Amino acid sequence: MATLEKTGIPAKPYVPPIVGPGHTAGTVTDKIADVILTKTTPKWWLLGFTIAFGLLMVFLTAVTWLFVKGVGVWGVNWPVGWGFAIINFVWWIGIGHAGTLISAILLLFRQEWRTSINRFAEAMTLFAVACAGMFPVLHLGRPWLFYWLLPYPNTMTLWPQFRSPLIWDVFAVTTYATVSAMFWFVGLVPDLATMRDRAKNKAARLLYGMGSLGWRGSARHWHNYETAYLLLAGLSTPLVLSVHTVVSFDFSIGIVPGWHATIFPPYFVAGAIYAGFAMVLLLAIPLRVAFGWKDFITDRHLENMGKVMLATGLIVFYGYVMELFFAWYSANTYEIFMARNRVFGPYWAFWWALIFCNGFTPQLLWFRRIRTSPLWLFLISLVVSVGMWLERFVIVVTSLTRDFLPSSWGLYKGTIWDWATFIGTLGLFSTLFFLFIRILPAISIFEMRTIVPGGEAGDKITEVV
Amino acid sequence: MDSVNAKGKCGAQGAPQPGTARLDVEEVRERLRTKQGPEYWRSLEELASTPEFEDLLHREFPRFASEWPSGVSRRGFLQLASASLALAGLTGCTKQPLEKIIPYVRQPEQLIPGKPLYFATAITHAGYAMGVLAESHQGRPTKIEGNPDHPASLGAADSFAQASVLTLYDPERSQSILHNGRAGTWSGLISQLGETARSLAGGQGLRILTGTVTSPTLAAQIADLLRANPQARWHRWEPAGSHQGRAAAIRAFGRPVDTRYDFTKAQVVLSLGADVLCEGSAGVRYARDFAEGRRVRAHHGTMTRVYTVESSPVGLSALADHRLQLPPAQVEGFVLALAQTLGAAPAGAAPPLADAKAQKWVAEVAKDLQAHRGASLVVGDEYLSPAAQVLVHGINQALGNAGNTVFYQEPVEADPVDHVQSLAELVRDMAAGQVSALLILDGVNPVYTAPADLPFKAAMEKVQLRVHHGLFQDETSQFCHWHIPAAHELESWGDARAFDGTVTIQQPLIEPLYGGKTAGELLAATLGNQADATSYDLIRQYWTSRLPGLTAGLAAAAQDTAGGGSNTTLLGFSGAFPGAPGIGGKPPVTTGNPAGGAMAGGAMAGGAAAAAAPGSPANNLGAGSGNNGNGTAAQPAGTAPATAGTAAAPAAAGTATNSAFEKAWREALHAGLIPATAAPRATAAFNGGAAQQAAAEIQAALGRAKPGEITLQLRPDPTIWDGRYAANVWLQELPKPVSKLVWDNALVIGPKTAERLKLTWHDTVEVAVGGRKLAKAAIWVLPGVAEDTALLTLGYGREHAGKASGQGFNAYPLRTTAALWEAPGVTLRALGGQYIVACTQNHHAMRGTIEHEDDVATEQAKARHVIRGGTLAEFQQNPDFIKEEREAPAADETLYPNYKYDGHAWGMSIDLNVCTGCSSCIVACQAENNIPSVGKDQVLARREMHWLRVDRYFEGDLDEPTFTFQPLPCMHCENAPCEVVCPVAATVHSDEGLNDMVYNRCVGTRYCSNNCPYKVRRFNFLRYSDKDTPVLELLNNPDVTVRMRGVMEKCTYCVQRIEQAKIQSKVDRQPIPVNWLQTACQQTCPTGAIAFGDQNNPEWEVSKWKADPLSYGLLEDLNTRPRTTYLAKLRNPNPALATAPDNTAEGAEHGHA
Repeated sequence: MATLEKTGIPAKPYVPPIVGPGHTAGTVTDKIADVILTKTTPKWWLLGFTIAFGLLMVFLTAVTWLFVKGVGVWGVNWPVGWGFAIINFVWWIGIGHAGTLISAILLLFRQEWRTSINRFAEAMTLFAVACAGMFPVLHLGRPWLFYWLLPYPNTMTLWPQFRSPLIWDVFAVTTYATVSAMFWFVGLVPDLATMRDRAKNKAARLLYGMGSLGWRGSARHWHNYETAYLLLAGLSTPLVLSVHTVVSFDFSIGIVPGWHATIFPPYFVAGAIYAGFAMVLLLAIPLRVAFGWKDFITDRHLENMGKVMLATGLIVFYGYVMELFFAWYSANTYEIFMARNRVFGPYWAFWWALIFCNGFTPQLLWFRRIRTSPLWLFLISLVVSVGMWLERFVIVVTSLTRDFLPSSWGLYKGTIWDWATFIGTLGLFSTLFFLFIRILPAISIFEMRTIVPGGEAGDKITEVV
Repeated sequence: MDSVNAKGKCGAQGAPQPGTARLDVEEVRERLRTKQGPEYWRSLEELASTPEFEDLLHREFPRFASEWPSGVSRRGFLQLASASLALAGLTGCTKQPLEKIIPYVRQPEQLIPGKPLYFATAITHAGYAMGVLAESHQGRPTKIEGNPDHPASLGAADSFAQASVLTLYDPERSQSILHNGRAGTWSGLISQLGETARSLAGGQGLRILTGTVTSPTLAAQIADLLRANPQARWHRWEPAGSHQGRAAAIRAFGRPVDTRYDFTKAQVVLSLGADVLCEGSAGVRYARDFAEGRRVRAHHGTMTRVYTVESSPVGLSALADHRLQLPPAQVEGFVLALAQTLGAAPAGAAPPLADAKAQKWVAEVAKDLQAHRGASLVVGDEYLSPAAQVLVHGINQALGNAGNTVFYQEPVEADPVDHVQSLAELVRDMAAGQVSALLILDGVNPVYTAPADLPFKAAMEKVQLRVHHGLFQDETSQFCHWHIPAAHELESWGDARAFDGTVTIQQPLIEPLYGGKTAGELLAATLGNQADATSYDLIRQYWTSRLPGLTAGLAAAAQDTAGGGSNTTLLGFSGAFPGAPGIGGKPPVTTGNPAGGAMAGGAMAGGAAAAAAPGSPANNLGAGSGNNGNGTAAQPAGTAPATAGTAAAPAAAGTATNSAFEKAWREALHAGLIPATAAPRATAAFNGGAAQQAAAEIQAALGRAKPGEITLQLRPDPTIWDGRYAANVWLQELPKPVSKLVWDNALVIGPKTAERLKLTWHDTVEVAVGGRKLAKAAIWVLPGVAEDTALLTLGYGREHAGKASGQGFNAYPLRTTAALWEAPGVTLRALGGQYIVACTQNHHAMRGTIEHEDDVATEQAKARHVIRGGTLAEFQQNPDFIKEEREAPAADETLYPNYKYDGHAWGMSIDLNVCTGCSSCIVACQAENNIPSVGKDQVLARREMHWLRVDRYFEGDLDEPTFTFQPLPCMHCENAPCEVVCPVAATVHSDEGLNDMVYNRCVGTRYCSNNCPYKVRRFNFLRYSDKDTPVLELLNNPDVTVRMRGVMEKCTYCVQRIEQAKIQSKVDRQPIPVNWLQTACQQTCPTGAIAFGDQNNPEWEVSKWKADPLSYGLLEDLNTRPRTTYLAKLRNPNPALATAPDNTAEGAEHGHA
């Protein structure tokens, strides 16, 4: 801020800093590491973790019942063969996108502001993918045979059926999960070494020590690290686009009206980023309050994420409009009816709610005041998360309830076990996240050190600003 | 659990005191006899806990006696085990059936494991026989198929016959004799009933109640009994019998004659609310005859014209060219007006019909009928009032139809009496205390089914001895001193007449599972003096003197065909293929009588096997068709004894009979009917005076009718009839043809009435009529039901019907002797609550507006060309108009090469023009393919499992639609959307064009179902197949996998039958004969609406159908290229009526928009 006043260059817009004033490498390290190593467990954490863990138990109960009785405990039926499980799968996997996008794509584009949010965004990605990955298995009629979807050698020399997009999904999601996990872990190694060095508890030292893979901070280490990280970023980047593209193929390869659409891949990817950023905001806003990290996750971060949401939200909204347009333009009976049915059919309320959540609400982000208000952003993110769930509901369910033959139309409703499973995965996700913020540095310490004054990037940024 | 119980009981009782009841070995034997069946082992343990058993143990092992009740010691366990063994041996001592059993010492010549045998027998429905071939796998009947030689079947069967095999195995069947609610013994019953009967002078106070009896043997038995006991009485009560029809016949012809139709000769048919094609004893036959007149093939075409005038839709309405919907009173008015126009009734003071449209109808229909004198037919069965039926008889007389399309025959029912009156007399006498013993036979359930003004239950309680005999414990058995389990028709010998009087001797396929007795056995043992007579004895006794004369003709025919009655193999399958008939011909695997197929060995040793002696003449059924009743080629009886060979003649009663009888007997069993037993035609003179009186009556009734009052129509239920099939889950889950309801009935009203009363689906109402009330009924709104009409089917709301208890609403409290089928002046009071009724099509779960679902569905069905059709005139003008309606993509419009089929290419074609929606195909499919029932909850969750469904589409105006049925099996698409998306290749394309489903590869992603545009795939969301009830395992077709939870399934085109045919063709080294192979649905279809076969061979019927210009593929614009195709639906409207704004096919196109 001060810099701007001194230079007096009016042409340059004011860009708020990405780290609060007065920080040095030391203070940054203290602030991030101390919340794990030195402080006693905060009450809010205990409360939150208890709730999350309770929900995780709900999940375990629901899944146990599912395995005992069969997939019929859910609301799936004939003609709606896919219900909550697939909705939730797509929803979670979408959320997972933001982490990799922030880590990889923003890294490649040298968006330094990603530094303070990438670590927990990546963790969020991992946990979301974990939640997502379970659904395709749970939703199987015979989940214990899920491995038949993998191309493993067997005595019957049977392979999966490679024309099925579900097989592509298996590859896409497992690759994504693997690369994301590696990316996340590699990024953690220097910080784990820091934690090892700072930990006083013997057990913690040992555990962090194991995780840090003998990191000593030598130049060679740094060199290897940088190379590996960049390679992984390069590898992750196409994955961000490919995973949700492949997920969208689950639908667009099908002939069901409302699924069979060429716009699905870009529109799904945009939707995923949109949902992902909403989730990052939902996590970041409480986190920075709870840990007192407003200096690190600044208003500028929030605003940037708001901008991304606005942009992707507009793409998504464009997708909705295009779906209707294509239906009309195709002059295809089935498509036209599908569109009409979405808007005015039995599930009209879902469609309109979706338009409200994903179409109209993000328009508020045009306003700078809203974009910079954590409360507003939090609320909008909440609405968008709901909206994205509704979007998948509309795509999966309303398309199937009324497809080709009027005689086989039928409605769908989730049962209590559908909800228990869904809410249960929220429990799993938050349990993992609570554990993560308690035992691992939720912000990348060493990368933060680079952007404070005196750091390699920090000086550069300060100059620019 | 049981052993714990047993132990607990023993511990509590402690050591038995001396002097407790001694174990009577006879008693144990008797007890064990009543305990046969799957409950056996559990029952033993229960038995072991009785004081008698403990006593036995003490006597047997006195040294260790004290040890055994005190917990489980090693010795105690061994004792129990050895006692169990000893007792198990006891069952081996139960009396063997008197018919000879041939054990598997050597492999029976014709019994090849894995190959079924077929037995000709009959299944009765409401007393009348349907000739069937029962398929038996190693002694367990698994499937019922029509008997092509039988006049009521012609190879087809209705849903009741198809489902009867499930009733046989129903674990809820009554399994032991009950005396005052506790286990009783057969000997106890015989002594008590016998004593009571003997104490009654001349049978004074002895009453027998049966349903309709057509069995000559049973009728003769009862007649003998009545002769011996002149004061005894025989009462009849058939709840949904022909009551008004009989009354009308008496009025019109002076005596009860049966009316029969010949649809093959009818060119114009007017149906007045009757469902002659789907209901009643002749439905299957009529459907076949009728369908012949409706088939239109390329470049020739006349077509029966059908008018229906009715208050609520039935199966036939779907085929109507013109449908007029009138409230019940006005239907009668229509009859009167028509009679007047045709001169069959005197003109009245006022025109009976006020409605201008109806008047125009009367004029035009009369014109059309008159133009086809002698070739027209007016059908107004049972549900019209007797007066209106008299007029219908009069109209048919006036049109010269009598003797041509309609004729009269001597009643088939033994001693036809007025059942209503008969029951009323019984109730009166019982109430007056004049009845001391009441014997209720064959599952008649009057406590539930008696009309509301006959207080049967209260009256019955005055009877000193009440005995109930039936397959199930029911409402009536609850109030009887004795309950005797009945033997199922597949378990016992019997005989019965078909609608035309033809007698079939029913033969058992399996030893009674639960020790059931037939009505004849019960009568013989208790009231006759034949305590040990089996049904086999009784039937043979009866026919010994009668049969040889009757069958001389058939014997000759058989001789001709078989070349001297040699002992050749009978199995069509193991020799050459039987002759290849066209559609309506034989089932593919028809074999004759079991011919020595001894199924002995194991508990299922069948009397049937033994009875049908080996070496029956090789009457090639393929050539036998058409020989029915052809008794001209008489040959002296007694020539050419057929018993040459290894077999011993059946033992027991009939040993001394002459060879002529044996031969005739075997031939009758083999053919499934006794020729020349059809009822003779009656010379019936129409009484003109009756018509005058009837006209006056109707006129008066019309005068009494108040406008706007609602008339209640009571009808037998399309699936569970009068309630007797309530326990049959296949029938419970079979969607009712028009409403598509399952597991419940509902008060069905039309949209207009619903709107007026502000009622909607699932609303509950209190129904009151004539001071009687039904406390609660759910509303179902069905387009096609006339205004001011409410339809409620009988048979639901049962209190003692096992699983079905409490389902639906009991209509009997609203039914009186005066208003059996129709009751005017109904008031409906909304109760404000809801009762959710399950329906398999268009579940109206979310939004209650009447138009919404049906309207959108109808509109969309039209836009998608789901049902294609037009008029006969359009077809004649341009035979290709159906194909031109929507373009199908060309075969080469694909990126991938098309499949090549060098061998067979299986395909199916379904003729929409003749489908009546009767749904027996669904039950046949269910039986053939081991399809589970899922229960109401799962249907409500939309998870029914039927591989074949019959879709119903409305057409035209919401208030007065016509409709169409469309059976929908798997389409076996060339470009199957399901195949592409399965990740594990569990559904694949076969080299014969089948879309195969590999159950054990399926992981259950359900993607295939989502991607199937026809939604014909079915998923096992839960474990639906009952693998816990041992007796139901016997029911399963061993050629079809029983599916587990979590896998997808669907129609396979009965691939097991295809494979059998292919194997046989390899064995025989000849191609599969044309039209020889039939799917289960095709085989049972009464109208022959389904053709199946090799579409690579132009000779097959299916290829011809597919080449027909009317052929089209469903949703073929998706380029799925379905293998199952349809023949478009044609209507043959009367041009004079078609121009009127009514609802013909054409009118609908314009009228609805």
